Amino acid sequence: MSDYLYLIPLFPLIGFLLNGLLLGRLPRVVVNIIACLSVAAAFIISVLVFFELKALPPDVRVIEQTLFTWIPSGILQVNFGLLLDPLSAIMILVVTGVGLIIHIYSIGYIAHDPCFGRFFTYMNLFMFSMLTLVLADNFLFMFVGWEGVGLCSYLLIGFWYHKKSASDAGKKAFIVNRIGDFGFLIGMFIIFWEVGSLEFRVVMEQAPVVFIAGGSLITTICLLLFVGATGKSAQIPLYVWLPDAMEGPTPVSALIHAATMVTAGVYMIARTNVLYMLAPDALMVVAIVGAVTAFFAATIALTQNDIKRVLAYSTVSQLGYMFLACGVASFSAGIFHLMTHSFFKALLFLGAGSVIHAMSDEQDMRRMGGLGKHIKITYITMLVAALTISGIPGFSGFFSKDEILWKSFSSQHGHPIFWVVGFVTAGLTAFYMFRLIYMTFHGKERMDEETRQHIHESSKSMTIPLMVLAVLSVVGGWIGMPHIFGVSNFFEHWLEPVMAGGSYEPVSHALAAGGGDVGMEWGLMAASVALVLVSIYFARTFYKTKPQLATAWRKKMSGLHQVLLNKYYVDEFYGAVIVRPLIVFSLFLWKVVDVILIDGFVNGSALVYEGVSESLRRVQTGRLRSYATLFVFGVVILVAYFVMD
Amino acid sequence: MESQILTLVTFFPLLGIVLMLAIPKNQHDSIKSICLIVSFITMLLSFWMYAMFDPIANGMQFEVDIPWITSLGIHYHMGIDGISLLLIVLTSVLSVLAILSSWISITKAVKGYYISMLLLEVGMIGVFCSLDLFMFYVFWEVMLVPMYFIIGLWGGPRRLYAAIKFVLFTMFGSLLMLVAILYLVFAYQSYSGEYSFDMLKMMELPIAYGPQLYLFGAFALAFAIKVPLFPFHTWLPDAHVQAPTAGSVILAGVLLKMGTYGFVRICLPIFPEATVAYLPYICVLSLIAIIYGALVAMVQKDVKSLVAFSSVSHMGFIMLGIFALNLQGIEGAVLQMINHGVSTGALFLIVGMIYERRHTRLIEEFGGLAKVMPVFATFFMITTLSSIGLPLTNGFVGEFLILLGAFKANTVYGIIAASGVILSACYMLWMYQRVIFGKVTKPENEKLKDVNWREKLILIPLVLIIFWIGVYPKPLLDRIEPAVKQVLTYVSKATTVNIGEGIQIDQARTTDEVEIILGEVDPVKVGSEGMEE
Repeated sequence: MSDYLYLIPLFPLIGFLLNGLLLGRLPRVVVNIIACLSVAAAFIISVLVFFELKALPPDVRVIEQTLFTWIPSGILQVNFGLLLDPLSAIMILVVTGVGLIIHIYSIGYIAHDPCFGRFFTYMNLFMFSMLTLVLADNFLFMFVGWEGVGLCSYLLIGFWYHKKSASDAGKKAFIVNRIGDFGFLIGMFIIFWEVGSLEFRVVMEQAPVVFIAGGSLITTICLLLFVGATGKSAQIPLYVWLPDAMEGPTPVSALIHAATMVTAGVYMIARTNVLYMLAPDALMVVAIVGAVTAFFAATIALTQNDIKRVLAYSTVSQLGYMFLACGVASFSAGIFHLMTHSFFKALLFLGAGSVIHAMSDEQDMRRMGGLGKHIKITYITMLVAALTISGIPGFSGFFSKDEILWKSFSSQHGHPIFWVVGFVTAGLTAFYMFRLIYMTFHGKERMDEETRQHIHESSKSMTIPLMVLAVLSVVGGWIGMPHIFGVSNFFEHWLEPVMAGGSYEPVSHALAAGGGDVGMEWGLMAASVALVLVSIYFARTFYKTKPQLATAWRKKMSGLHQVLLNKYYVDEFYGAVIVRPLIVFSLFLWKVVDVILIDGFVNGSALVYEGVSESLRRVQTGRLRSYATLFVFGVVILVAYFVMD
Repeated sequence: MESQILTLVTFFPLLGIVLMLAIPKNQHDSIKSICLIVSFITMLLSFWMYAMFDPIANGMQFEVDIPWITSLGIHYHMGIDGISLLLIVLTSVLSVLAILSSWISITKAVKGYYISMLLLEVGMIGVFCSLDLFMFYVFWEVMLVPMYFIIGLWGGPRRLYAAIKFVLFTMFGSLLMLVAILYLVFAYQSYSGEYSFDMLKMMELPIAYGPQLYLFGAFALAFAIKVPLFPFHTWLPDAHVQAPTAGSVILAGVLLKMGTYGFVRICLPIFPEATVAYLPYICVLSLIAIIYGALVAMVQKDVKSLVAFSSVSHMGFIMLGIFALNLQGIEGAVLQMINHGVSTGALFLIVGMIYERRHTRLIEEFGGLAKVMPVFATFFMITTLSSIGLPLTNGFVGEFLILLGAFKANTVYGIIAASGVILSACYMLWMYQRVIFGKVTKPENEKLKDVNWREKLILIPLVLIIFWIGVYPKPLLDRIEPAVKQVLTYVSKATTVNIGEGIQIDQARTTDEVEIILGEVDPVKVGSEGMEE
């Protein structure tokens, strides 16, 4: 079966080609079938290869497949090569699994759009790119997927291209990602010229030999790769594109801008964890950026009124958690949260899509309210997701988030401050999530009458995916329960072979360190659960029982509220400091340097030439007398010259 | 026939000219058909040549060397390596597409136009085949004449200004080149006792450092104007904006490559020390071109001049790759010459298609074309992505190799150049957005027709090439590599240069040559004094 690894990205590619080349010529049903079937096929093969991999002994769980040589140039030999190991196996399951669910959901969601064919074409292309990204066995092939998903993101954000805001957002996403890719590229260059290869296997094997641990070279490489990750995974300072990306259709937000693509940065860091383990300073930067982003984005989410924007900032925040995990060298915790997040955040977005559908495309939560009794399935599934993301014990988000919090406290690379930031952010998360729930599903119905009449639960193709994801959001975390629950953490053991061998600190160390740590772990867990419950209570008070309180607070802290509502004015700052000066400078280069200076010189020299010729022409008067005079003068000068000599 | 393939490919278009001369000038259809068929057969011949080309062999292939003007040592000397092979194929393909694209838009003096196109093709292919400096120069100048007429007669409103500017710039450079060629010939005569214009022999000629600097400078100026390298680029936007579509396609697709080809074929192997001496200046100018071209492109109001300035930026990449002086850099540069020909050629064709419909190229006149011309929008998107250098399109492979090589040669250069990758996304996507996305705001745009079968016939091959090179560039790289290694072997005479991996050089031989070059006895200098008298 492992010989068929290439089929996993190939099926979506075929779907893309079929739907793309026959665009507009296929009936809707056929388009839907091609799109979903190609992803389903990829999913089935992913499951099969997963079990095949699992059947192998843990230390040889690697399946490689080289398709053909892509770029050969001297010592540079880049292949189209695939690599299946425990890490990429998790990723392909998440990508194809969640991808399939969202494809099915999309059938219902996009049913009323005449451009459904184009939509599914892009979606399949995205699946192909994403699967390439996670299955690639070398940096450059990974980069193919990396930029490919960026392209699909661009195309799908701008799907409704007639809206300027949509095409603006798509362009912004592409360019900001390109800035990140710039870092990725330079990082690759250094790796290649130092190691002589771009293959993950070779680089990871050679890295401890080639690089001095903690040296500036490896730190530079890791930081450059991380620049790429901040672009793709929307971290400070390159997160600005993700909130705008909500211009795209909601299934796109769920698939690309929550569950899969934006996690690529986390995946990349986990993939290159050997390098990061050699660069503790870079790890620290990753942890700090992750923690700050988690907190920062959560504060913005507190005040947003657009339901999708709340979720977008929530995604940025949750990605921050994942980077925090990676930054404290707990890569498997990061990947674990990546997985659970992909379930519950996809669910939240799809639920939001269902709400928006019910509300006749209204996205402002201030005009919602009381929807709980109208669209019960959506309400219950979203409630499950909210409980999961908040970290209520038993739900998957609890296990993954708690793992990160504990590791940020206990790991060698951790620090209590990281824990504090993560802890506070957990409280904010619970608050903004339940603010969303209460504003949307509870309280007074604030929509206009016409919209109210149209409120309806979505079709089965939309609600069934919600239910499936709800189940996954609950149980998905059970494979990664912490050791203190008295079970073996399957997830962590599964990823162990991929993580940097000797330098990796297994949890058993923490356990061996003494009972005090176990007590501490229970204590911190209890504290975060308590904070979450308090936050939910506050959200309930503010947005359900006593809404006047929220208004009063908003007035009392109007300055802070404005800053948060306007997202700290970061977009305005970038516009004023980078975008506008760049355009003014370019205009200067064109109008002044190019037209006036360079071309002025060119045309000026022509004018000078013309002028000189013109004046020389005047000497040729045609009058004999003047010629004779000049002749005499010439003779006199010559004679004088020879006489003086 | 096989041994004469180069002669055949080069001069086959002349057959078309002869046939056309025999046809009355008002029979447009027969003129166009003859031109198309002849250029098509030329293309097939070039494919045949590609098929016969041995990718493994070193050195020149299909070489023909016949004494021509014996008293001056001028030979009819032709031969190609992997670099010229690919450029010839590119030329023949773009010529066919350019001729197809003129089908409707050229209505006046049809006969003269198509004769010019074929004559241009002869000149271009001739330059790439020539191994004799005399022939090289003749073909170089032959290109100039038809291009002058194509811009000056069939161009836009300011065509005369543009055409004269184009010719003056080029002539200025090529005259200096002629002087340098003559100098070389006399230097060779005093070195070996016989006259020769042979490029390959010149590569073996030891030239003192001082004269090398002048000679390199003369050639480099001619080539830099052609590229065009900043600050010699101002003829380009004018020429492009005024030229008819086919003229722009050939100009951007092939003529600019003459400059970079000249650097690889002549400057690097014949003047290795001067190459190293000039290297920092040329690299800095290339970097300026990359960034400057991109920034100025960003604020253009006319799509065509935007593409023209993007060419300045892209050609800067190619120059930087060449002067990285390592395998990856030059290989990438050569591949990027092809890529730029394909994607910029496609862009000009696309711009031509909307110009034919709307008779304007101002960005603000468009918007919302995705709605009325979806197929066109798709072709445009693919070409845009290729120009941006997205992976799996051709642009990425070349750009990546160039940047990789440049980074090795000089970290700072590599980083600055790589930032150009961000800028290219900015200006291309912004332009695309304003032309294609949004609502249809102008009533004139509401009824625009999508691409017809002739236009599809033009664009589909280019799109296929874009993806082919993007996914499987190996056949091309395999053919480029031996040629680049050959060039690097010559460059490695200047020992200070890191010549990159995978190159086997006979160390002893190289050292000997270096001693000769650096030795006090300098036959060239004697020769040069003799020449001046």
